[in-house]
Amino acid sequence: MLTPTYYLVLSALVFSIGAVGVLVRRNPLVMFMCVELMLNAVNLTFIGLAWGLNDIGGQVSVFFVMVVAAAEVVVGLAIVVAIMRRRDGATADDLSVLRG
Amino acid sequence: MVDFVYLVPLFPLLGFISLMLVGRRLGEPAAGYLATAACGGAFASTVVTFFGIRGLEEEERQVTKTLFNWVIAGDFGVDVAFLVDPLSVAMMLFVTGIGTLIHLYSVGYMHGDPNFSKFFIYLNMFVFSMLILVLGDNLLLTFLGWEGVGACSYFLVSFWFTEEKNAMAGKKAFVTNRVGDWGFMVATFLAFATIGSIDYLTINGTAAQLSTPVLAALILLLFVGVMGKSAQFPLYLWLPDAMAGPTPVSALIHAATMVTSGVYLLTRVNGLIYEALLHAQWVTNIIAWVGVGTAFFAATIAIAQTDIKKVLAYSTVSQLGYMVLAVGSGVFVAAIFHMITHAFFKALLFLGSGSVIHGMDDDQDMRRYGGLRKLMPITSATFIIGWLAIAGVPPFAGFWSKDEILLSAWDLGGLNGKLLWFFGLITALMTAFYMSRQVFMTFYGDYRFGDPDADEVDEAWAAYLAHAQDAKLEAGTAADDAIEAHTKAVAALETAREAYVDAQIELSQAADEEATVAAQKVVDAKSTAVDKAEAAEEKAQAARDEAGAVAKAASQADADARSEASRRVEPAPGEQLTAGAASEFVPAAVKQRAEHHPHESNWQMTTPLVVLAVLSIFGGLLNLPFTSDLHFLEHWLEPSIVFEHKFAASGLTKWILAIVSIVAGGIGIMGAVMIYLKHNADPKKIEKPILLDAWGYDRAVSAFMGGPGAKMFEGIAWLDANIVDGMVNGTGSFVRGSGSAVRRLQSGLVRSYALGITLGSVALLAWFLVRVAA
Repeated sequence: MLTPTYYLVLSALVFSIGAVGVLVRRNPLVMFMCVELMLNAVNLTFIGLAWGLNDIGGQVSVFFVMVVAAAEVVVGLAIVVAIMRRRDGATADDLSVLRG
Repeated sequence: MVDFVYLVPLFPLLGFISLMLVGRRLGEPAAGYLATAACGGAFASTVVTFFGIRGLEEEERQVTKTLFNWVIAGDFGVDVAFLVDPLSVAMMLFVTGIGTLIHLYSVGYMHGDPNFSKFFIYLNMFVFSMLILVLGDNLLLTFLGWEGVGACSYFLVSFWFTEEKNAMAGKKAFVTNRVGDWGFMVATFLAFATIGSIDYLTINGTAAQLSTPVLAALILLLFVGVMGKSAQFPLYLWLPDAMAGPTPVSALIHAATMVTSGVYLLTRVNGLIYEALLHAQWVTNIIAWVGVGTAFFAATIAIAQTDIKKVLAYSTVSQLGYMVLAVGSGVFVAAIFHMITHAFFKALLFLGSGSVIHGMDDDQDMRRYGGLRKLMPITSATFIIGWLAIAGVPPFAGFWSKDEILLSAWDLGGLNGKLLWFFGLITALMTAFYMSRQVFMTFYGDYRFGDPDADEVDEAWAAYLAHAQDAKLEAGTAADDAIEAHTKAVAALETAREAYVDAQIELSQAADEEATVAAQKVVDAKSTAVDKAEAAEEKAQAARDEAGAVAKAASQADADARSEASRRVEPAPGEQLTAGAASEFVPAAVKQRAEHHPHESNWQMTTPLVVLAVLSIFGGLLNLPFTSDLHFLEHWLEPSIVFEHKFAASGLTKWILAIVSIVAGGIGIMGAVMIYLKHNADPKKIEKPILLDAWGYDRAVSAFMGGPGAKMFEGIAWLDANIVDGMVNGTGSFVRGSGSAVRRLQSGLVRSYALGITLGSVALLAWFLVRVAA
């Protein structure tokens, strides 16, 4: 019997992978992908619970998350491209000009 | 017609601005006449305003004319608004009226001054500030005028600033007044904090609801301001020094108008003082005692002054004390009445003294005056009228107003009132005395401007003695020379004798040895030797005689010089100079004075004198005490003054008091007649040096402020710089320090931020779970 619990466990797994990825990787592109993983883990939670609770609201939320994610990728990638134009590489740890 | 009040300050303001722009080009005397016209315009507008106010019903005679909102802060507001009421109109009338006369006088007095137009810039600015002070309907606007007149006073006292003494006097006036201004400002803050408004009508209206401590603090703080501006003890000491300014300034600012603004301020807040009279009489008692104390103290000092303007300065301090006494007694009408009559006669006296000083080649020492009555007929006649007015001789103006003040003090009742009255009475006696002294020294007696005064006689004696000492030394040297010559002559004689004896011995030996060989030769040799010796002796004798004569003459000269010098070593104090003795040694200034011819002043100066003299004679008509119908000033001021004062003293008491004060004035005048006119007593018995020194008060203050006082204030300055500023700066440096410590958290590394966010989210999540579980 398929229950929402499976989805939630999967989603927690995926979210954790994403979070750890953001923290340990230095390549901004990989970090982006990890952020996407985290977002989609959340989406999975929404869908799973919407299905389990029989509530359409969760599914609607997913659209919003996807829209926001798309927008974020646009901006984020634009920044990465801009940085690549000025520097040789784009390692997240090198970009610390905002240091206090 | 009340709207004409806007023109009143506008005229002097326009005069001030146009003189600033073109004053120098207008030059003398046009600039002076322009300033006079500006002040005259203000006077004319005031007269129109006066009739405007008179035309209103008595209850409506307090009109507030608002120009614009000045300060707006929440519920609190201050307007630039004029309070036109009988009190301010009365004050404006004499400020502009006397101001105009003094402007005209100044045209004559400042004749030939290189800064002629600048003087009138200041004068017009002063009149403008004074009118703002008078018209202001709130404490802040009055304060603006208050500071304006203070600044003009500073400029004008040190007008001839190239002399350091004058510059110092201006500085002293300014600094001393700052102490008073502190009181005024704190009083304004207190009124804002407790009443929530600083306009006079509200303050007077809410006086009854104030608690006693607040009421007392308000009045006493304002009174500190009054002590400064109206020259009351202990802050009076700038006023005598302010005489360093040109005499018209002394008359206008330091006698007639500005110094009375303190009394005016107290009358403006008469609602407060009336409330204090009812519920906290100790407050008004302080005012009354400071007033009478100042009056008494200053009068004692005035007795011994030798500078004609210093006498008048201390007299002004004393008369202001009377006004403050009247305020402290709660009789504001008497204070205003005396303020007006005093303005008449004191301006007259000052202008008269200016005319004298002008005629006497800028010499201010009364001891050198005398007998000027015939040389300056107009000045002396008007000055004598001013003297009679201030000395309290009926029916001149001063008598009525001073008597009213003495009556108000008496009317307070009890021992307190009687003591106040007594001191006031003694002050009146002294006033009559020192003013008579001044008049007699200046206008009566012999003309003696060319005679050396006591100091100069001493100076001549000193010069003479120094000269005699020199002569004595010279004679001594001559005698020594002669004695030396004599000694030499005697020695020469001795040598000659020895030569003679030697010659004789030689002769006899020669005779023995070569008697036969050269008998003829012997005879020749003998005669030659004898001739030689005799000639030598003769010569030596002559030299001795001569030396003896020289020595004799020298010792005679020495003895003469010694006896002459010893005769003059201790001249009797004040010994008159006799021809041929020390008279050749009088200072050059005396000779210069002897060649000076005093003259009457020109029409610009004498016209104001005459007008003021007329006012000094008839000023009493403003408020004659006989029937209620004659109380013009009292009825006029009624709408401005909260409380209508009715004297408790009976008619008989009033008559007795009046007669007593006339007698006191008479005694003062008679005393001066005995001493200064008939010379029945030595003036030195009265003019003690300590009085001339103002009881050492001035020096004591200087010594204190130069020594321990300066240290104390340095301590306060240290406290301000380190503790007060330290707290403020400490807050700032704490924020900066903690900021630079926390700054290190901002590493700029995206991943460490992400770690922070993650850890934070986990912590939050854990907290939620624990809460849900609990």
